[in-house]
Amino acid sequence: MERDYIDILHRCFRCGWCKFPSNYQDFNCPAYLKYRFESFSSGGRMWLIRAWINGDVEAGHRFSQILYSCVTCKNCVEACALPYIKDKLVDVFIAARKDMVEQGTIPPQVRDYFKAISTSGNPYRLPAEQRAAWAEGLDIEPYTDQRYLLYIGDVGSYDDLGKAMARSVAMLFKKAHISFGILGNEEISDGNDVAAAGEEGLATHLAEQNIKVFSDKGIRRIITLSPHSFHVMKTVYPLHGGRFQVYHYTKILRDLMGKDLAPGQLDTTVTYHDPCYLGRWNGEYYTPRAILNAIPGLRLVEFDRNMQNSLCCGGGGSNFFTDILGTGHDLASRVRIRDAASTGAQIVAVSCPQCYRMLDDALKAEGLEEVLQVREISEIVADSLTA
Amino acid sequence: MFTNETLSRIREIVSSEYVTNEPEDLYIYSRDQGVQDPHMPDCVVMPSSTEEVQEILRLASREQIPVVPMGGGLVLSGLSVPLKGGIVLDMKRMNRILEINEKSHYAVVEGGTSQGMLDAYLKKNFPHLKHSLPDAPPAATIAGNIAIHGSGHLSQSQGGFHSEMVTGLEVVLSNGDVVKLGSCSTVPYWFSRAPLPDLVGLFLGWNGTTGVITKVGIKLYPRPKLHDVLVYMTEDIDLAPEVLTRVINTETAEDINYALSPKPDYLNGFQMMVINITANSEDEMALKKKIIRDVLKDLYETKESGFMPVPPNMKTGFLEAPQKALSKFADVRRGGGFEYVGAIMPIERIPDACRAGMEITARHGITYSLGARIIGKGHCAMFFFAYPFNRVDADEVEKVKMALEDTNEASLRLGGIPWKAEVQGQQLILKQMDPGTYSLMKRIREVLDPAGIMNPGNWEVS
Repeated sequence: MERDYIDILHRCFRCGWCKFPSNYQDFNCPAYLKYRFESFSSGGRMWLIRAWINGDVEAGHRFSQILYSCVTCKNCVEACALPYIKDKLVDVFIAARKDMVEQGTIPPQVRDYFKAISTSGNPYRLPAEQRAAWAEGLDIEPYTDQRYLLYIGDVGSYDDLGKAMARSVAMLFKKAHISFGILGNEEISDGNDVAAAGEEGLATHLAEQNIKVFSDKGIRRIITLSPHSFHVMKTVYPLHGGRFQVYHYTKILRDLMGKDLAPGQLDTTVTYHDPCYLGRWNGEYYTPRAILNAIPGLRLVEFDRNMQNSLCCGGGGSNFFTDILGTGHDLASRVRIRDAASTGAQIVAVSCPQCYRMLDDALKAEGLEEVLQVREISEIVADSLTA
Repeated sequence: MFTNETLSRIREIVSSEYVTNEPEDLYIYSRDQGVQDPHMPDCVVMPSSTEEVQEILRLASREQIPVVPMGGGLVLSGLSVPLKGGIVLDMKRMNRILEINEKSHYAVVEGGTSQGMLDAYLKKNFPHLKHSLPDAPPAATIAGNIAIHGSGHLSQSQGGFHSEMVTGLEVVLSNGDVVKLGSCSTVPYWFSRAPLPDLVGLFLGWNGTTGVITKVGIKLYPRPKLHDVLVYMTEDIDLAPEVLTRVINTETAEDINYALSPKPDYLNGFQMMVINITANSEDEMALKKKIIRDVLKDLYETKESGFMPVPPNMKTGFLEAPQKALSKFADVRRGGGFEYVGAIMPIERIPDACRAGMEITARHGITYSLGARIIGKGHCAMFFFAYPFNRVDADEVEKVKMALEDTNEASLRLGGIPWKAEVQGQQLILKQMDPGTYSLMKRIREVLDPAGIMNPGNWEVS
């Protein structure tokens, strides 16, 4: 682990501010919310990493569970009371994971996740030839020299809800005459969650491969479906020489609202779930809300915990693929759905394919399908166009 | 003796995912943020109901296994560190807010409910009500705080320690029996400890050595719409009690705090008296400020002391409750730690307490922050001697330990009593205690905890 990180481990007081949102209404760290033991708080993690480095604890099963239960949502970064360590908290956890990768002490689920990406190019172990299945029948062009590349990513390519989201976004773009193309079966993982899981070598390889493909094709502007792709391409790829203009699709969609896309009346109540990699990681809170607010009749109500205080769906940091957090009543996604229901909203709007899947599964686990729906923002916009 | 069989039986009582004897978990629960030595538990259990607490205590009592109740785990003096091993009972899953009685002004909460959660709940659902928040981070629990006689931002205006704001308790005794104390023992309401014989005190200030608090009734107070702060400063260390008393006697302040710190440099040597004022209208606020200014007029006209213009960023911090800035004190030595002796003492001893704190820290070569919160209408002060340390500097940790011991002795010498004292501090207090009281404590312990399983090592009367 880098000296910079080792030097701050002992500076965590373990005061517990990191467990909460700014109004303290409930635990806002998904790992702590689920397990409740102090060891699963960010402070507990800091102390345990120090103990591990000092040889006071070993990197056994529990240690790896504790380290990999962090979903890198950055609530702790937002809430920590100590200015000199707060910004580095998640970086420290990821650095510890890197060391665990090197030492071969990662959980089996994480190992299998890396293996799948290494061998299949995606975490689902599905053939690359199926990557573009989501686009079948939509008459979407492969990228040649269009203005934008629409990068779909793993979840949008292989997960049913992700695919529906990809189709919806692409169809709106087509309707608005956006010049875009896709890589189709040439796409590979973006590497964001691989990096968060501590496999720096594989993440770097994926970044370099993507950069090469993008560069070879002359791509300059990329629209991503996933906030995770948006984050890594915008902030990490430049470190590897890949300098592109990167947009999350909501940014493009917002600029179309009221111009190329004219929404009609949609009488519904919606609450918006902030994805961590768009919100806390990149400070983008208002664009998705602006889209929803541009739909006549739509009433946007807020979660008690929103924006910087949003409760993560629990899918970040590779947990979407590794499922370290498992199941249970206190899973962040289930708490989030209960919170959504308490707002009185009929729809929880999402702008991330991982959040979409996590919250939709939680909706079913909570048995709230009769009162609430999980919809992706472009789907709501599409509804308004036909309303 | 704790065995694998014991662990299996605990897992039959509490869902196994909330029972752990994993070394990583035990490591964290074996120590707190202060300088006390670690002690390993045999397991950590997170019960979700009074019934589960009962079953665990029955088992522990039968098998003579120590049980250490834990709230937020933020006490710093090792009170929830299992000195003799056994079971740490982490109460934080029992965090339901059971009742808010708007008219009779009390809340009933489970034993693991945090200060932050109750505050958030009230702000959302009963914005005109609040409870007294300690300066601890929001993870501190209501039950843990009253079990150590904590105090907070309404302790001056609303009459005392948080333990005095308790309207009733549900407690599980060491043998698993559950008892209700206060009006809730007789009627469905949790309004008061009177007029019944007051048994609540058997569990307040005992640091979990007499039972496990599973429910608390706590007083609520009006939450005025406006909040502002005045800061009075003087370099005259002996002037503080006079200033504080004058302000207290106006009965216009909500919270009155005193602070003395060598940092930042430009404030070194200044005593700061932070006077929090609340009001329901601008007129009321202006009047209260005028009353306070008027009673100090002859003092500030001498130019030897006066009101400090409070910059907006500083004011925001003062108005915050709990104050996040207080946790930053842990990083003064860039070492993630501070330790303190809280000492409850007469207000007139504040200057001597400051001198003692400065002398002790100079002797041990460490730095400090000193201060006090006024409790009641000047009935006493909760004085704090806070010493930051660098966790990786073993020499500094040792110095702070020695300074703590000296500070405990100094506090007693000054007529104060160390608050939530670590074991060594407790023994100092017991040594000085009236023999009759000492004997009564011993007999009470024997009745309530005949097997000696409740947080053993603490408040131990030989």
